[in-house]
Amino acid sequence: MSNKLPPDIAQMPSKPPFWRDAEKRAIAFQVVALLVVAFVSYYLYSNTQANLERQSIATGFGFLDKEASFEIGESLIEYSAADTYLRALLVGALNTVKVSFIGITLMIILGTLIGVARLSSNWLISKLAASYIEVMQNIPVLLQLFFWYAIFYESFPPPRQALNPFDGLFLCNRGVIFGVPETHAAHAVMGWAFLAVLIGSVFLSRWAHKRQDLTGKAFPTLRITALAAIGVPLLIWLAYGAPTAMDVPALSGFNFRGGVTVSPEFSALLLGLVIYTSAFVAEIVRAGIQSVGKGQIEAAMAIGLKPGQRLHLVVLPQALRVIIPPLTSQMLNLLKNSSLAIAIGYADFVAVTNTMINQTGQAIEGVALIMLVFLFFSLSTSLFMNWYNKKMKLVER
Amino acid sequence: MNQPNNPTREYLAAPISKVGPLAWVKKNLFNTWYNSLLTILTLGALAYIVPPFFKWAFIESLWNSSSDACRDIEGACWSIVPQNIKFIILGFFPEGQEWRPILAMILLLALVIYSKERSRWTKLLAWMWPIGLIIMGTLMYGGVFGMPVVETDQWSGLPLTMMLSFFGMVMAYPLGVLLALGRQSKMPAIKTLSVVYIEMIRGVPLISLLFMSSIMFPLFLPDGMTINKVLRAQVAIIMFTAAYIAEVVRGGLQAMQRGQYEAADSLGLNYPQTMRLIILPQALKIVIPPTVGILLSAFKDTSLVVIIALYDVLKTTKVTLQNPHWTGYSTEAYLFLALLYFICCYAMSSYSRRLEKELHTGH
Repeated sequence: MSNKLPPDIAQMPSKPPFWRDAEKRAIAFQVVALLVVAFVSYYLYSNTQANLERQSIATGFGFLDKEASFEIGESLIEYSAADTYLRALLVGALNTVKVSFIGITLMIILGTLIGVARLSSNWLISKLAASYIEVMQNIPVLLQLFFWYAIFYESFPPPRQALNPFDGLFLCNRGVIFGVPETHAAHAVMGWAFLAVLIGSVFLSRWAHKRQDLTGKAFPTLRITALAAIGVPLLIWLAYGAPTAMDVPALSGFNFRGGVTVSPEFSALLLGLVIYTSAFVAEIVRAGIQSVGKGQIEAAMAIGLKPGQRLHLVVLPQALRVIIPPLTSQMLNLLKNSSLAIAIGYADFVAVTNTMINQTGQAIEGVALIMLVFLFFSLSTSLFMNWYNKKMKLVER
Repeated sequence: MNQPNNPTREYLAAPISKVGPLAWVKKNLFNTWYNSLLTILTLGALAYIVPPFFKWAFIESLWNSSSDACRDIEGACWSIVPQNIKFIILGFFPEGQEWRPILAMILLLALVIYSKERSRWTKLLAWMWPIGLIIMGTLMYGGVFGMPVVETDQWSGLPLTMMLSFFGMVMAYPLGVLLALGRQSKMPAIKTLSVVYIEMIRGVPLISLLFMSSIMFPLFLPDGMTINKVLRAQVAIIMFTAAYIAEVVRGGLQAMQRGQYEAADSLGLNYPQTMRLIILPQALKIVIPPTVGILLSAFKDTSLVVIIALYDVLKTTKVTLQNPHWTGYSTEAYLFLALLYFICCYAMSSYSRRLEKELHTGH
């Protein structure tokens, strides 16, 4: 046997010409694409270098150690104008985290309520929820922020004539002021006890699952946890002699003293973000609940599960799988939209960075910082939600 | 022939508890004790909110008066809108030339409305759009036929909003499709570039891109070269929207079965043909609802240019409110603007629902 090919095939070129070879064409195509990107980057980079030199703007992040010399309206940590830019940026980042965290929590609660209301058999409730969703989704969030901010500044009276819907709560153009329990040693202990109960409940539920697998006996984990979570802090409170002193805001001069003040900027930002985003969450929740087939619930009834168990064991695990991915992107949307704070003067990370850019002229570093910080926030949120999503997915066997 | 002949038969109406408005009320509002409670509570809340609002908005309000007359009333001062409508809608467009942007907007609306019917999607329409856009551009910019030149920094108000959103949507869509194809590509370099672009843009807020366009981009250009601010903001909006479109389209591409690609291969179609004739028509169709969601977001997000000091319709409204005669009527002005945005968004989303139904070819 010879390896020789038949003559007519041997005469053909062994390979197609290179412009007809898909592999080589792909390589050429990619090389060209990379070259174009590299060339454009180099061009922009060299222009930037030349411009910076001509305008004698320093590059690098050395300026972060300099004194910021601007005040920030509200801050979670101690800050004064004498602190460095780095600390000012930290204040901004913490303010962003604060408004996003509270916003996301409220958004999920409100969105779920409205989503469930949309499915209510009560015509009035369902239609109200539907119009809320339709209206709030279709109005730009920035317009909503301006609207709420204007309400605070124009429609609310000055502190002296503050609205007082019930004891301990005041609404005026300086913000929302409400009373809180006076700080007492008992509060810290109660907080830790609450946390301990929550951690304990994780172990309790593991044990209960194991026991049910072995013996078939169910254990009311949820009820016990709820009881302990309320009962234990209550007992501690009683043990400390039931301190009831309240730190109630009182008018003194032109402003309030005592209590907790939430600034109009923060309130308007929170209201706008939560109301806008919860309309989208409501649609997601509705779609998620509707995605669970009727047969599933009927099957759960047929094997004798109680209503609570049906929800907990059959409906929620399936609905959540549909809900979580779009919910994650709404959470990220709220986080990213919190950057609109700059338009109404809440000192979030973008607003602080913008002030810094105006003072130092370090535009490139400033914009890069904004992008990096938001990428970090977005990526960590989506990593967490992906982890949660995977955990929920395991329910499906 | 034994027809029932019973003249005394009585025809009873269905019982009142089964049909008619009362039955409807019972079934939809009072079917269980907690629904009854909920209905009563909701009605109570509505009775508490709606009449005062109605009184404020319609009874004690003024619709077209001077700002001084507004100071004496308790209700809404809607007059802020008609009295300032020219500035809110057209902004800083030069005096005496107002007919130009108005004509351009009418032309755009007419073209959009004409293009609604699918039966009119012909070659003629494909020519009408570029010609129409050129006419609109000429109307806005001027410089010919005796129309004085109006620089783009004087374009403001509604025409600016419409321009930013129209090009934002129309240019972002094809770019987004290309990026989605790039992300699905087998070529590692193309795929990496697309993924990095999409994920980077989706991870940052639009504000940061607008900042980049307004304060950082001038540093990128060689000395003496400038690109105007409106165009830079427009590019930022397009780049931002395209990344989101790309993710939505990727969903559609992933939903295509292998068989579709294999069928195209066996017909001997090359890559562009496969995409153009087989894959994209199906993939783009199934993602119409999320795509419209993205386009609506793009439309609403054009209002963010306020922050980089472009005078879109939201900014002209804000400027009006800074006029000492008209401060204090923000609620009325913002409600008017909200209505404007709502109508546009609602029209777009109901059109998309219709289109989806028309394009539905499944069984």
